[in-house]
Amino acid sequence: MKSNKFLLPAAVAGVLAMTLSACGGGGGGSTATGGGDAAANLDGRGPITYVQGKDNSNVVRPLIEKWNAAHPNEKVTFKEQSDKADQQHDDLVQNLQAKNPNYDVMSVDLIWVAEFAAKGWLQPLKDKTAVPTTGMLESTVKSSTYNGTLYAVPQSSDGGILYYRKDLVQTPPKTWDEMMSMCSIAKQNNIGCYAGQYQKYEGLTVNVAEAINSFGGKIVDDSGKAVVKSDAAKTGLSKLVDAYKAGNIPTEAITFQEEQGRMAFEDGKLLFHRNWPYVYNLAKTDGSSKVKDTFAMAPLPGQSGPGASSLGGHNIAMSVYSKNKATVTDFIKFIASEETQRFYATQGSLAPVLSKLYDDQELVSKLPYLPVLKTSIQNAVPRPVTPFYPAVTKAIQDNGYAAIKGEKTVDAALNDMQSAMEAAGAK
Amino acid sequence: MSTELQKPQTAVTAPSGHRMPGRESADRKQVTQGRWAYTLLTPTLVLLAVVIIYPVVNAIIMSFQKDSGLDPATGFFSEGGPAGVDNYTHWILQQCGGAACPPGTLGAQFWNSMATTFFFTIVTVALETVLGFWMAVIMARTFRGRSLIRAAVLVPWAIPTAVTAKLWFFIFAFEGIANKLFNTQILWTGSEWPAKWAIVISDVWKTTPFMALLILAGLQLIPDEVYEAAKVDGASAWQRFTQITLPLVKPALMVAILFRVLDALRMYDLPAIMTAGANNTSTLSILVVDQIRQGFNTAAALSTITFIVIFLVAFIFVRFLGANAVAAAGTGKAK
Repeated sequence: MKSNKFLLPAAVAGVLAMTLSACGGGGGGSTATGGGDAAANLDGRGPITYVQGKDNSNVVRPLIEKWNAAHPNEKVTFKEQSDKADQQHDDLVQNLQAKNPNYDVMSVDLIWVAEFAAKGWLQPLKDKTAVPTTGMLESTVKSSTYNGTLYAVPQSSDGGILYYRKDLVQTPPKTWDEMMSMCSIAKQNNIGCYAGQYQKYEGLTVNVAEAINSFGGKIVDDSGKAVVKSDAAKTGLSKLVDAYKAGNIPTEAITFQEEQGRMAFEDGKLLFHRNWPYVYNLAKTDGSSKVKDTFAMAPLPGQSGPGASSLGGHNIAMSVYSKNKATVTDFIKFIASEETQRFYATQGSLAPVLSKLYDDQELVSKLPYLPVLKTSIQNAVPRPVTPFYPAVTKAIQDNGYAAIKGEKTVDAALNDMQSAMEAAGAK
Repeated sequence: MSTELQKPQTAVTAPSGHRMPGRESADRKQVTQGRWAYTLLTPTLVLLAVVIIYPVVNAIIMSFQKDSGLDPATGFFSEGGPAGVDNYTHWILQQCGGAACPPGTLGAQFWNSMATTFFFTIVTVALETVLGFWMAVIMARTFRGRSLIRAAVLVPWAIPTAVTAKLWFFIFAFEGIANKLFNTQILWTGSEWPAKWAIVISDVWKTTPFMALLILAGLQLIPDEVYEAAKVDGASAWQRFTQITLPLVKPALMVAILFRVLDALRMYDLPAIMTAGANNTSTLSILVVDQIRQGFNTAAALSTITFIVIFLVAFIFVRFLGANAVAAAGTGKAK
C-alpha cells in the first residue's frame, strides 16, 4: 500500500493534464485572421483538391473521374470528410485557419458561408473567378452571398415539405390557420395533428425560423443586424407556441428530431408532418410504414399562401489560399452545370439548384416531390446569413425552446433572442 | 546491502539500486545510471512536451487574447488583441460586453453548467460507489460461475461511451423501451429532472463495473486469516464488514472514488448525445466544445477554468481525504 503515496499524485497529475490538453487541443492553432490574398494565383492552373463530407450515394467519384479524363493536367483529388456536419465544419476551420493551400475547393453547408467569408477564407467569385448563377433558384444564390458579394455557388438544395394523410384530408391546407382548423379530424381519428422538429438542436432553428419567416418576420436583416423583435415575428412564433399549448402539436414532439417525427408519421400517428424530401422514399418503401399509399405532399402552409421554408443544402466555394484558382473556377462551373446537376438528382437524390430541372419530366418521374419542392425552395428563406451563425442559432434554440414549452412568454423569448444575438455581435 | 545503507536517499533516482554489485565505485555507477536513465526517458519527455505541455501552455496563452471581432466597415473579422482577464470575467461574472449575458448565450450558462457538472459528479459517484462495493463483495466470494459473473459485469464498461449513450437515447425515447416497460408516458429528454436522471442512470450503468473492479482489487488484498480470526472471536458478519473490510479496503476505495470524481467532472459524451445539453444538462465540457465554434480564445479561458476546478477538487481529495487514508493504511500495513 505504500506505493500509493507515489502513485496517487502521479496519477492525479496525469489525469488532470489529459483533461486540459483535451480541452486545449481543440483550440490549438493560430489565432490570426484577415484571410489571404484574393488577387493572387488567379491564373494558376494545375492539380486541385476537392473537400466534401462523406459521399454516401457515390456521386462525387464518378464526377471527378469524368473531369479528370477531360483535364489530364488539372486533376482533381477528392478529400472525403466524415458524415457529421459539426466535424466537417471543424475540419474546414482548422485547415483554412492554417492557410492550407491544399483545400482548394470545398463543399460548404450554406449556414457557414457568411462565417467563412467574413474570416477572409473564401475567394470572392467575381472578375476572373466569376461563375454565372443565371437560372439558379434565387434563394440558393442568396445563401451564397455575403455583403453583396458572391462567395460560393449553390451546389445542392433542400427545403421543407408538408407530408399529409390524403385518406383523411382531401385537399392539403394552404395556410397555417387552415391546417389548425383541420386538427379536429386528427382528434376524431385519435392521432396527433402536426409535428416538425422541436428538440433543442439545429432542427429547432429551422422550425422556429420557418414560423417567424412565414408570417413576415425576420431574424437578421440584410446587413446582418438582429431584428427579431417585431410584431410579425411575434405572430409567427405565437402560432407555434399556441399549437403546442393546445395539443395540436403532440407533447412528445418536443423530443422530435427528423427521425422520430418520420417514424411517428410512418406509424400513422400524425395527420400533418413537416420534414425534408428524404422522407418520401422511406415512407413509400419502409416495411414498417403504415402510410405507404395514404400520404401525399404539399408546400408548407403559411400566412395566406405557401409558408417560408428554411433553406437547406450545400454551396461550393473556393479557398483564398488555393494556388490554382483558374482550374478551381472551371471546376465550380462544371459542378454547377446542368449536366452535373441532373446527375446529382438522378444518382444522389439531391435537389438541383437549377430552376428548370424541377419541371423536367424525366426527373419528376424519378423524384415525384420535385414540383412541391420547387414551390418550397422558391419561397424559402436562408437561415440567418450572419458570420455569428453558431451564436445566433444557439439564441434561437434556447429561447424558442423555452417559449414552446411555455417557460417564457413569446415576448420575453423574442426579447432574449434579440439581446443574445446582439451580445454575439449581430448588431 | 552495505552500499544501499550508505545511500538510502539517492536510491530513489536509481530504481534498481539495491541490485548493484558492490565491486565498482558506487558514485561512478550512480552517475552512469543517472545518465542512462535520462537518455531512456528523453523520448517520453519530448513526446509529453509535444502532446501535453505545448497545448496546455498554448491554451493558457490564448485565454488572455480577445477573440477576433467583426469590423463593421469591411465586413471582415479582425484580430482581437490582448484581452487581459476579460475572458475569465466573461465566464465567472457572466458578463457579455459590459452587461449581464442574456439567456440564449453560452456565457449565461456558466454557473448552471458548473452546478450540473457537480450534481452529476456527486450523484453518480455516490451511487456507483455503493453499487460497485456491493458488486465487488459478491465477486470476491468463491462460488461456481464466479469468472462468468466477473466477465459479465465488465460488459457495460467495455462498450464505448458513445455507443452506450446512443443505446440509452433510444431506451429513453418517447416510444422507447423505458416507457413501454413501465407503462409510462414520460418525456425523458424533454424536461429537466427526467433528463438528468436518465443521464445519471446511464452513467451508473456504464461506470459501476469500473468502480467494482477497483474495489475488488482492494478486497483481494485482505488476507483470509484476518476474517477467520474474527470469526473465531465471534464477530458477526456486519462487524466483520465494518471492522475489517471497510478499513482495509479504504485506500483502494479512495483511489477509485478519486478517479471517478475526476472523470465525472469532465463528463461530455453521455449528455452530449442523449440531450445535447438541453434542459439544463449541459456540463462544463459541453460548454467548452460549444464555445470552440464561437471563439477559440474564450473557449481556452473556459477550459482553463475547468482545469483549475478539477485541480482544486483533486487537491482537496488528496490532501484532506485521500492522503490521510493512504498514510493510515500505510502504517497499519507496516506492522
